[in-house]
Amino acid sequence: MNTGLIFGMTGLAVFAIGLFGALVLVEPLRRVLALKLCSVGAGFLLVVAAWREPPAMADPVPHALVITGIVVMISATAVALVLIRRLHTLESNSDD
Amino acid sequence: MTDFLTIDWPTAAVFVPLAGAILAFAWPRQAAALGIGTVLLTGLVVAVLVLQVLAEGAVVTRLGNWGAPLGIDLRADGLSVVLLAMTAGVGLFVSLGALDSFSPARASERMRRYFWPLWLLLLTGLNGAYLSTDVFNLYVMLEVIALAAVGLTVLSGRVDAVRAGHEYMCASILGALLFLLGVGFIYLDLGRLDFVGLMAAEPSPALIAALALMVAGMALKTALFPLHVWLPQAHANATAPASALLSGLVVKVSLYIVLRLAQYMVPPSELMVTLIGAMGAGAILWGSIQALRAERLKLLVAWSTVAQIGLIFVAFARSGAAGTAESWKTAALLMLAHGVAKAAMFLAAGRIKDEVGHDRIRDLDRSPIRPTLAQFTFAAAAISLIGLPPSLGFAGKWLLMEGAMEGGYWHWVAVTMAGTLLSVAYFSRVLVSFLRFDRLRAPVGEHQGWALADAAPLTLALSALALGLLAAPILTVMGIGYPFGGAP
Repeated sequence: MNTGLIFGMTGLAVFAIGLFGALVLVEPLRRVLALKLCSVGAGFLLVVAAWREPPAMADPVPHALVITGIVVMISATAVALVLIRRLHTLESNSDD
Repeated sequence: MTDFLTIDWPTAAVFVPLAGAILAFAWPRQAAALGIGTVLLTGLVVAVLVLQVLAEGAVVTRLGNWGAPLGIDLRADGLSVVLLAMTAGVGLFVSLGALDSFSPARASERMRRYFWPLWLLLLTGLNGAYLSTDVFNLYVMLEVIALAAVGLTVLSGRVDAVRAGHEYMCASILGALLFLLGVGFIYLDLGRLDFVGLMAAEPSPALIAALALMVAGMALKTALFPLHVWLPQAHANATAPASALLSGLVVKVSLYIVLRLAQYMVPPSELMVTLIGAMGAGAILWGSIQALRAERLKLLVAWSTVAQIGLIFVAFARSGAAGTAESWKTAALLMLAHGVAKAAMFLAAGRIKDEVGHDRIRDLDRSPIRPTLAQFTFAAAAISLIGLPPSLGFAGKWLLMEGAMEGGYWHWVAVTMAGTLLSVAYFSRVLVSFLRFDRLRAPVGEHQGWALADAAPLTLALSALALGLLAAPILTVMGIGYPFGGAP
């Protein structure tokens, strides 16, 4: 339980740092990175939910959820990055 | 009766649009035909599902026969089918409108090619979310919806649209991650994520925290004041059919999830309900003030969405925590009213912009071109959004105020009245300029802008007016299968 608590709090702290960044930062790329940090924090919490005392097997369901979350986050990040690139191109063209 | 059993209708409602999206993406030349065909077919599936729910009560499908705690269940009850039917109906008419907006003469090759797959993917996500019975499945559907919705926002490829799309994407991801964190809390506490398990659970601090996180995430996704900053630009800069879909359908999903969470999770505390109502009141006032100040027609319509979302949250909070067992129906009715009327209004605004050539509100009364039918559609949609009888908006506001008065929550009545007055004010800005001819320097062209493209928004706007007469049966249908109870 104690180990679980420490890891859980770490996950929450990582999420909080990401949340702070997502709300405060202005530059698009930094904001996307902050959001990635949030997703790591949330995934961390799910992994903690899978943990059991060593003789028992870890619960596989949260692992499946985390993998789904990672896949979703990869696609979302890819879209966000494409939008940033597109925005960059459009803005540098309009300056000419 | 037996025909109902031969096909699994809830599954079909999710997989038909998904198959259509893949086909439309793989075969871009036929995208429009495939798109309309798929939307029609999905509408047919939803219609059968509605009949089945009317005949048999809530319908449950266990995908792969795994069963509730581990597998994915799809469940269609009254609230689900009402929203599915709204999605199918609004989606069909927006698709018909899109046939004109994305015709070869008006739109670039890229827009025509990508609109249909994105919209069908959005439809998949919407139907999936309305049928989901566990919170993780809801999270996945939210992400499907978000990716498709951002794609629709940036479809025009203009710099404003891309900037707004990026803001939207960030808000959407953050909202979904707050939801995911809530899912983590629930799993830590209960070890299961389905609604049946959630309903049976004893209230605990972890579940209260999860509810707060999830509602916050959904408030961000649905643009509840003060988390609304991404919405006006995203909805105003998209192309007209995309705006209609975003404003009419996409924001409703997060509202729906809030209603579901309030039904199935720990009962929301009085403080939380009051806070939701206060944020709704803030949205009504701030959204209306910004709509009064907006210089462009589409921006005005987008700000009015912010105000109307506030109204829906006020409807939910109208009679405190004890009243949420009934008030969700009022909120759902207003969601329906807003979905139909706002889609019509965005399509009409797009038509006006196409015909007049600009959408500066100040100069609308100087235009020699008057797209009469589109202007009439705009006015009819405005009547429903303001809430004049016999529209659906009227029925919703009536229930809101009736419930608030019975519960003694008079301040919500005052907020609703103020919001109604403000909505009259900001829509009048537009309607007056439709009717003024004295600032015109050139002769008015007779019957300009009557086109077949006006048929779809006009039908939507008129049905928003007429559906008010059916408010009582709609409320009865919403009650089917409520509360969740033991799923059959």
